[in-house]
Amino acid sequence: MTDINSIILLVVILLNFFILGSARLVACIRAVALQGALLALLPVIVHGFSLHSLGLAGGAFLFKGGLIPWLLLRAIREVRIRREVEPLISLVATLFLGAMATVAAFLFADQLPLIHASQAGVLVPASLATMLAGFLLLMTRRKAITQVVGYLMLENGIFIFGVLLSTAMPLVVEAAILLDLLVAVFVMGIVLNHVNREFSSINIERLSALKE
Amino acid sequence: MAELWLLSLLLPVFGALLVLPLCRYATLSAGIAAVTTVLAAIPGVYVAMSLLNGQPPISIAYAWSLPGGALQIDVDAVSAFFLLPVFILSPLCAIYGGAYLHQVKGKLLGVHWAFFLLLVASMVLVLSAGQVFLFLVAWELMSLTSFFLVAFDHQNKEVKQAAWVYLVASHLGVTLLLGFFLYSSQWSGSLFFSDFEALRAIPQHQATGLFLLAVAGFGIKAGLFPFHVWLPEAHPAAPSHVSALMSAVMVNLGIYGILRTVTWLPQAPAWWGLLLAGFGIAGALYGIALAAVQQDIKRCLAYSTVENVGIIFVGLGVGIYAVAAGFSAVALLAFAGALLHLWNHSLFKGMLFLGAGNLVHATATRNMNQLGGLMKRLPATSMLLIGGSVAITALPPFNGFISEWLIYLGLLHGGLEMPRAMGLPLLLLVSLLALVGAMAILVFVRLVGISVLGNPRSAAAASAHEGSILLLAPPAILLAGCVLIGLNPLPVLDLLRAPVVLLIKTELLPMLTLTAFTGLGRGVWLLLALIAGMALLFFVQRHRHPAVVAATWGCGFALPNNRMSYNATAFSELAHNHLLPRTLRPEVVTAPVTTFFPQAVQLSQQSSDPVLNRLLQLFFTRIANLCQRLRWFQQGRLPIYLLYIFLTCIGLMVWSLRVFGGG
Repeated sequence: MTDINSIILLVVILLNFFILGSARLVACIRAVALQGALLALLPVIVHGFSLHSLGLAGGAFLFKGGLIPWLLLRAIREVRIRREVEPLISLVATLFLGAMATVAAFLFADQLPLIHASQAGVLVPASLATMLAGFLLLMTRRKAITQVVGYLMLENGIFIFGVLLSTAMPLVVEAAILLDLLVAVFVMGIVLNHVNREFSSINIERLSALKE
Repeated sequence: MAELWLLSLLLPVFGALLVLPLCRYATLSAGIAAVTTVLAAIPGVYVAMSLLNGQPPISIAYAWSLPGGALQIDVDAVSAFFLLPVFILSPLCAIYGGAYLHQVKGKLLGVHWAFFLLLVASMVLVLSAGQVFLFLVAWELMSLTSFFLVAFDHQNKEVKQAAWVYLVASHLGVTLLLGFFLYSSQWSGSLFFSDFEALRAIPQHQATGLFLLAVAGFGIKAGLFPFHVWLPEAHPAAPSHVSALMSAVMVNLGIYGILRTVTWLPQAPAWWGLLLAGFGIAGALYGIALAAVQQDIKRCLAYSTVENVGIIFVGLGVGIYAVAAGFSAVALLAFAGALLHLWNHSLFKGMLFLGAGNLVHATATRNMNQLGGLMKRLPATSMLLIGGSVAITALPPFNGFISEWLIYLGLLHGGLEMPRAMGLPLLLLVSLLALVGAMAILVFVRLVGISVLGNPRSAAAASAHEGSILLLAPPAILLAGCVLIGLNPLPVLDLLRAPVVLLIKTELLPMLTLTAFTGLGRGVWLLLALIAGMALLFFVQRHRHPAVVAATWGCGFALPNNRMSYNATAFSELAHNHLLPRTLRPEVVTAPVTTFFPQAVQLSQQSSDPVLNRLLQLFFTRIANLCQRLRWFQQGRLPIYLLYIFLTCIGLMVWSLRVFGGG
């Protein structure tokens, strides 16, 4: 069981790097969708077949693997952009930072006083690494769409952590996070369209005019 | 008992909940407010009176799901002493307010009344809270609801400004109080006031720090000089019944806080008392001096509140001083005088604000220069104002006289009995207090003479007429209370026994001797007979030689009109040119006459609060300028903000590793 588990998590981490290093938006969205879909398998693998874990897995699969990426893809079709041009720091530098963050996550997770350290395996470092990668994406990209992808990765990281606690973490909490995310994507989509219409650009840099 | 107390707390809350859905109906919501406050006052007054008469304190505890919170209610004699004015003033102000706001159109009055009721409930809760969280929550609720009450006329720019000043001041106060309570609860190891006994063992310098924190934090609410700055701004801005409630009741709660602190902390050294008395006398002089140059009648009354709070603090400070020096007789007189003056101030200041509200209601202006000649047009209001002014200037047979008399007696006894160097400050205070008294007479002669007597100086004043009975009855009841205490002070002094004993902490001296000290009760009826005789003589004289009505000599002007009569500015000219120090003088804008022939000359006078405008504003502007540099952090770019969050997260991770020491 832990083997499949570790393989999934490693793929997730690799996908992090892929997203951090890619300039093509469609590819980013597809990668994050794949990441979400893979993560949806985790609750079933870790906790076995039960109504709770199946519900969690199904919900996550539908939202992260299907609905949200579909919404995002539709949004970029409407605003007609394909590439993330000129990120704040270059893609290579982002990749490097991502690698550093992943190493830091593994080092940090080793130090954590966890109760079931043996059972957790790669879960905790993978979770931290995904969250940090999401943060990096949020900080370094200009397009609002990539920001949404960053939020999705952040959520994926939290989801991995949630799997660890799944028995303690009620379904309601997970459902609430998913709902939050969905609403956030909707709002982003609406803002995106309006910003696009007003400024004929979706660069979030323009939002600095809203300061104060 | 506990149930009755609960009833008096919950009725206003219930009323507020009831009023909110009905906020469209102005009369109905005012009616609900009046009925619930009256209904709450009946058990409330009963509970307060029985506690003052020596019933055991009420203590109730409920669970509260807030971490660290508990609904611990402790009502003792000191609380009861302060609860009594709340329960007496709030129904009267509610009844008055209904009539006062009757003409207001286009506002949801229900919201106003909901805030009013919540203010009453929160004041009751502040006075009964026996736990830090509960106290702070109630205190904050009180500040916020009164902020909304002050901002009633928020479309008006001045009102908005005043409300902001008030909000900022009260939050600065809460910040200090938070520090005070956190430190004390950490030291005593408990959030319950009943466990604050442990503070009695606190080292002296820490006790001093706590005391200063409490004086500043509570002093802001109490209007203690130099923390009074919100008071002259907020009181004129608020509707009159709100000013009355705030000035007569809410200000007291600040004094309550300081008194409670003194009972928690170890035996106060003498200099604490002198400090309080020093602030008090400075505030009294400052307040009355600025009251003398105000043209706004409610602003004048607000400064008079600063003065009276100052006098109360003189009494309290001297009491603490005397306890520290071991002169419990002096302490007894001073404390009793201060506490009685607090009650008296609630009565006559409430009455004066309501009376001044009647003038505002009838003429739609607060400027005394626009009033005048109202004795004939609003006879009842004018008589009430005159009565209130006599009471507040401490003239017999009203109540102000009794309390100031007690304070003077305390000062004189102390000055004569204490060893020379110790008695000296008290004797100095006597003369300064006398100066305050003289100034008070000047201020209130001016207030009555300019705004009520003479001939009307504006069309609004000329066409003014008396409002409904609901506008007259509440101040009349308060004035009746003033007369009652003035003529029959002994039963009232008996009620003060329980709180004073709690303050002096020693029962060496039976309170009964208070009456023996003061000689009160002996001369009162004689005095009354004397006054009645003089009044009779006056009326007989009047009847025999009726007054001749003729035009006033117009200084040689061909066509004198009413605008040429003395106004408020002219009346205080002597005071502000010769009596006041330069910093307190109002700004006078005028042009000198340069030619031999008459020409148009303008003169205007503007008084601003020196503490607010010259000290605090300067200070806060400087801080704001310094803080401008922090604006660098606000880059207005999302990635930067996210970076801040990121760095914080990383920082917290590292910190957690350090703290938990790693796996």
